[in-house]
Amino acid sequence: MAAIVQGIGSTAAPCASSNKFLLSSLGSSLLEKKRNFFVVRSDGKCYTGLNQQQRRAQNVVTNAVATKEEKASAAVGSKPGHELLLFEALREGLEEEMDRDPCVCVMGEDVGHYGGSYKVTKGLAEKYGDLRVLDTPIAENSFTGMGIGAAMTGLRPIVEGMNMGFLLLAFNQISNNCGMLHYTSGGQFKIPIVIRGPGGVGRQLGAEHSQRLESYFQSIPGIQMVACSTAYNAKGLMKAAIRSDNPVILFEHVLLYNLKERIPDEEYVLNLEEAEMVRPGEHVTILTYSRMRYHVMQAAKTLVNNGYDPEVIDIRSLKPFDLYTIGNSVKKTHRVLIVEECMRTGGIGASLTAAINENFHDHLDAPIVCLSSQDVPTPYAGTLEEWTLVQPAQIVSAVEQLCL
Amino acid sequence: MALSTHRTTTALLRHLTPAISYLRHISTDSTSTITVETSVPFTGHKIDPPSRSVDTTAQELMSFFRDMALMRRMEIAADSLYKAKLIRGFCHLYDGQEAVAVGMEAAITRKDCIITAYRDHCIFLGRGGTLLESFSELMGRKDGCSKGKGGSMHFYKKEGGFYGGHGIVGAQIPLGCGLAFAQKYKNDENVTFTLYGDGAANQGQLFEALNMAALWDLPAILVCENNHYGMGTAEWRAAKSPAYYKRGDYVPGLKVDGMDALAVKQACRFAKEHALKNGPIILEMDTYRYHGHSMSDPGSTYRTRDEISGVRQERDPIERVRKLLLAYDIANEKELKDIEKEARKQVDEAIAKAKESPLPEPSELFTNVYVKGYGVESFGADRKEIRAALP
Repeated sequence: MAAIVQGIGSTAAPCASSNKFLLSSLGSSLLEKKRNFFVVRSDGKCYTGLNQQQRRAQNVVTNAVATKEEKASAAVGSKPGHELLLFEALREGLEEEMDRDPCVCVMGEDVGHYGGSYKVTKGLAEKYGDLRVLDTPIAENSFTGMGIGAAMTGLRPIVEGMNMGFLLLAFNQISNNCGMLHYTSGGQFKIPIVIRGPGGVGRQLGAEHSQRLESYFQSIPGIQMVACSTAYNAKGLMKAAIRSDNPVILFEHVLLYNLKERIPDEEYVLNLEEAEMVRPGEHVTILTYSRMRYHVMQAAKTLVNNGYDPEVIDIRSLKPFDLYTIGNSVKKTHRVLIVEECMRTGGIGASLTAAINENFHDHLDAPIVCLSSQDVPTPYAGTLEEWTLVQPAQIVSAVEQLCL
Repeated sequence: MALSTHRTTTALLRHLTPAISYLRHISTDSTSTITVETSVPFTGHKIDPPSRSVDTTAQELMSFFRDMALMRRMEIAADSLYKAKLIRGFCHLYDGQEAVAVGMEAAITRKDCIITAYRDHCIFLGRGGTLLESFSELMGRKDGCSKGKGGSMHFYKKEGGFYGGHGIVGAQIPLGCGLAFAQKYKNDENVTFTLYGDGAANQGQLFEALNMAALWDLPAILVCENNHYGMGTAEWRAAKSPAYYKRGDYVPGLKVDGMDALAVKQACRFAKEHALKNGPIILEMDTYRYHGHSMSDPGSTYRTRDEISGVRQERDPIERVRKLLLAYDIANEKELKDIEKEARKQVDEAIAKAKESPLPEPSELFTNVYVKGYGVESFGADRKEIRAALP
């Protein structure tokens, strides 16, 4: 899989806010201690010392990351599948749905003749015509409203925000009309619209182009939010979102578009409300979504080498949360770490923390730890931007703190 | 008011049988054409306005009178219900503007779409809504058109092509262009009437939507119901150019006397033909509301009572049709009074029935948040009730 993540910093995390776990000297000395007691036998079993941790790590998982080839072949069976990049997977899903249902149409800035600023809609305008792949003027409020009006009559539009941040201009339409019309009309109208676009922190794009809107939209009643992170789930979620009769906001990430993966040849649709088990484990549940999944998996490699067995779940469904999968995991591991790219205040992690606390409080051995981005506008300077986000080293130290 | 009449059977019969009303009933239902001139000519912007002479029938004029009387009675009843605290929240009344609703209905079919802002009770009625649904919704009962969950500003009728009922000023305009987009997409020869007020005419999204509608030749007709006051602000205090029909610039516009139902009908028919061939057109309906902006607004702090009563005397839409009916001898005073009494009775019955309608069940709080099927029945955002099945 493509390594998008930054290199693991071996130095301590920056002295930013208090919600980050600093690599304390106490922690590192404990690490030293653990290594001394650690004996891995040839059958993968761990020789336990006096430490509580090692008693639990009965089976060391040799492979920290479930490789995509394994997963794809497990899902598919005999067919090998085909390799493509994430944006191509999105396009494939889009094209299949447009072939299947003539009511599906795309509208957005530069989606038609230009092919989409991230090439997700490349070639579609030539195939389906200018009306089905509509180049709109730069008027987010109005073309989102237009999409919603078209959806009221039965069309299934996909509105693309060139960058999720631009959809703030359409907030009124998304909140009041998209989310609420099914309810305020007493069920007369449904709004089968998909609003999608790239968000998240890119490579030094500046504050206004590095926004995470999932936190702003999460309170809107009536919408569903999903975040894709791999080519496999991007295509599946795109198809599911288009087929859904509810308004769905599909969050993509600017830096994940070039992820290469092998996906099945046959048609598949994923469940919009389901979370994805990335790596089963025993010690701690790490909940994440979108790009932070890769930071977490990078940290997981280190954690496994240090004797921990994290269970990594990509929650995928940001609204509603898949509390079924998450709950089962919490009941197994009793410790939760949330790693997200959202801001600390009012982010997805904050809601998830509240939801888990409310529902699974009795099963928790330790308070939930939530690692989020700093509550600052994303700076332009590269180093500062790096420190705004959660880095794998912070994840590692957080897990170590949690599992003490 | 200048009338040019053709000799119709009614005029002839008048001399022959003044006392026999059954013959008049035959002529009342006749569909022979009457041509009436509108009170003022149309003014066009970048378009040739339609003719002042409007063809109508006795039947149509009677239906205008009946419908407008019903709408007027409904709004006045809503006024008293609000003061009796049976209707809460915001209640925006349409009395004075009824001609726009009935004139538009006369020119179009139920397949054409209408979308409007929050002053939507009468348009809902025109689109096929019943009094019971209307009053139940206003009082928040189960039998309301939106099951009591929408309220005054959220009346919808899908079968009637009425897309609401929107509270945020101007937000319905892009929605209306979306309806027109869908009509163009499906190639079904229908149009969308997007209504907004003189206050909303200053919204940016209007011009954004207008640009897109003109760019893609969408069959959208934007109708500015200019009642000259955006809540408490007069139009000359809010708009540099209160000639709203000209504000479309490259989009043609037509100024219409909105208190004359026949003028509205002519303009809407003209606009529909135009929109299907050439794309969007703006209609400015010069109209007036007797009540304040809403029930919380007395309506007299920013305008004089003389102005209101002046308009009521000179331009009232129901009076205009009444005079037409009397002049053409389609009905006499007593019959028209009976129709108004009938309207009152219907409204009172509907209110009584609506009062008996139960309040929505508590479980209704969570229904219709999501569509069942691929979504979930939601009991709060985080708890999954039913797992969706893949198709």
